[in-house]
Amino acid sequence: MTALIEVTGLSKTFGGVHAVEALSFSVDEGQIYSVIGPNGAGKTTLFNLITGIYTPTQGEIKLKGEGVVGLEPNQLAERGMCRTFQQMQICMNMTALENVMLGRHLQLKSSLLTTMLRLPSLLKDEEDCRDHAIELMKFVGCGEYLETEASAMSYGALKRLEIARALASNPKIVLLDEPAAGLNGTETAALEELIKKIAAQGITVVLVEHDMKLVMGISDRLLVLNYGRKLAEGTPEEIRNNPDVIAAYLGG
Amino acid sequence: MLKNFLQMRLKGLVVLAVIVLLLPLFFNNPFHYDLATQIAIFAATVVGLNLLVGFAGQISLGHAGFFGVGAYFSAVMTGTYGWTPLPTMLVAAVVVALLAWLVGRPILKLKGHYLSMATLAMGFIIAIIINNEGWLTGGPDGMPVAPFSIFGWELSSFNQYSLFGIEFGGDVAWYFFAGFLLLVAVWIAENIIDSPIGRALRSVHGSEIAARVVGVDTSYYKSLVFVVSAVYASLMGSIYAHFSGFITPHLASFEQSIVLITMVVLGGMASTFGVILGAVVLKLLPQVLADFQELEMMMFGLILMLTMIFMPKGLFPTLQNKLAERKRKKSEEQA
Repeated sequence: MTALIEVTGLSKTFGGVHAVEALSFSVDEGQIYSVIGPNGAGKTTLFNLITGIYTPTQGEIKLKGEGVVGLEPNQLAERGMCRTFQQMQICMNMTALENVMLGRHLQLKSSLLTTMLRLPSLLKDEEDCRDHAIELMKFVGCGEYLETEASAMSYGALKRLEIARALASNPKIVLLDEPAAGLNGTETAALEELIKKIAAQGITVVLVEHDMKLVMGISDRLLVLNYGRKLAEGTPEEIRNNPDVIAAYLGG
Repeated sequence: MLKNFLQMRLKGLVVLAVIVLLLPLFFNNPFHYDLATQIAIFAATVVGLNLLVGFAGQISLGHAGFFGVGAYFSAVMTGTYGWTPLPTMLVAAVVVALLAWLVGRPILKLKGHYLSMATLAMGFIIAIIINNEGWLTGGPDGMPVAPFSIFGWELSSFNQYSLFGIEFGGDVAWYFFAGFLLLVAVWIAENIIDSPIGRALRSVHGSEIAARVVGVDTSYYKSLVFVVSAVYASLMGSIYAHFSGFITPHLASFEQSIVLITMVVLGGMASTFGVILGAVVLKLLPQVLADFQELEMMMFGLILMLTMIFMPKGLFPTLQNKLAERKRKKSEEQA
């Protein structure tokens, strides 16, 4: 196994607050890797650091061996990284399908002139893109919303839509920030199946999640954060039996 | 499904073409043609501006500046230096594209609404240059412009033409030419909107962060659409100069930039056919209110405010929704 993401000595401070402090870990290719911890432990900050939204105060992040600190989110997307957000980021001024088609942005290379004149090559690309997006929407269980305006969709459906958009970019790694938040039991069960299916395609999944049942069930490895520091790392079995984790988070 | 969508796109264009063709049935003097030609030229300008404002959500307060550069470049080069109108117009567009790229690229790398500030300043500078460089532009008095010509065929309001045995004046020819340009402008704008580039632009408006994580270089696309909208303004500025035969610095003024933005906001941001309606209303209004000419700017300001408060989506989308609602209610009553 090779490390897809390698984080060493990562720190981020906001004013005097250490949101993430001296954090080191690595995620192997093909794993489902979960980050857990109490609210305010620095999970989302960690995601924002890895995906280029924040710049670290200190430390190194490597993606496939290449240092990626300082790269913009769109440059990371070109290197096969995509993510979803805790506060969903859906373009409400587009249809559901267009949102997913947006995810294929990097695969579509039509020039401005081709676009303005709507030349046949563009139409061919658009049709392929559309087919692919429809397939993905069915894959995540949004098949019935193809032509629906995103603003008219339910919360649960939008959560799945955001995952479809992330997958549309053909990522090697997707980071899902609390995908189960706000979902009911049935929806969470469906989400668990979906994450397993994504991983089965060889896509590495990094997960921030509060739903312990979900996390323990599907993760290959877990990272436990507390006050921005690493509390523990290991397999679900190891984490479950780690006394520090029990004391700090699971609450005995 | 794609075919359906294509048909839907073309439907709007066909309706517009029919309107352009049938409208002269209601015209009974050259003034009507003149006004309709002006409306078509300004409508085409705001169709381009709407790509920037309505779809990408970026505000330009200096678009009349680009319009003015196009107009004066064409006027000076064809008049003083004897260039041919069509190539001159294209060179003007290239100059404006470079100018827009130079202004937009660094500004649009910043987060926040700095573009409106930069374009505001740029618009003022352009207006001041046109006003002060009287040796070149005629200064505040304005300057005459040579008639337009395409491949040696002169298009002038004063000429008489005959086609297939039908005799018609230059005002009619200009009207159909401007109408044709408007249709092309709409066709190109709609093509851009319904494409990967269009989705990237709309995503900048919808959720910039979502756009970036799927790989959209948002500052590049903002700059690109800024350039495209500036080129629209420049080309239409050149056309307007040749059409009117005489231009003044007022074309490039801040007031004009506000009028353009008001057309977009009133008609309906992110609605190509809406902004055309906006151009129609704002060009007809001064005719109706000719007695209150000095209050014109105040009226436009008021319209802008009232639209924002009562119809934030703009005239056209609001009407569209109302119609759709009524239709739904009717079908419910029947059922």
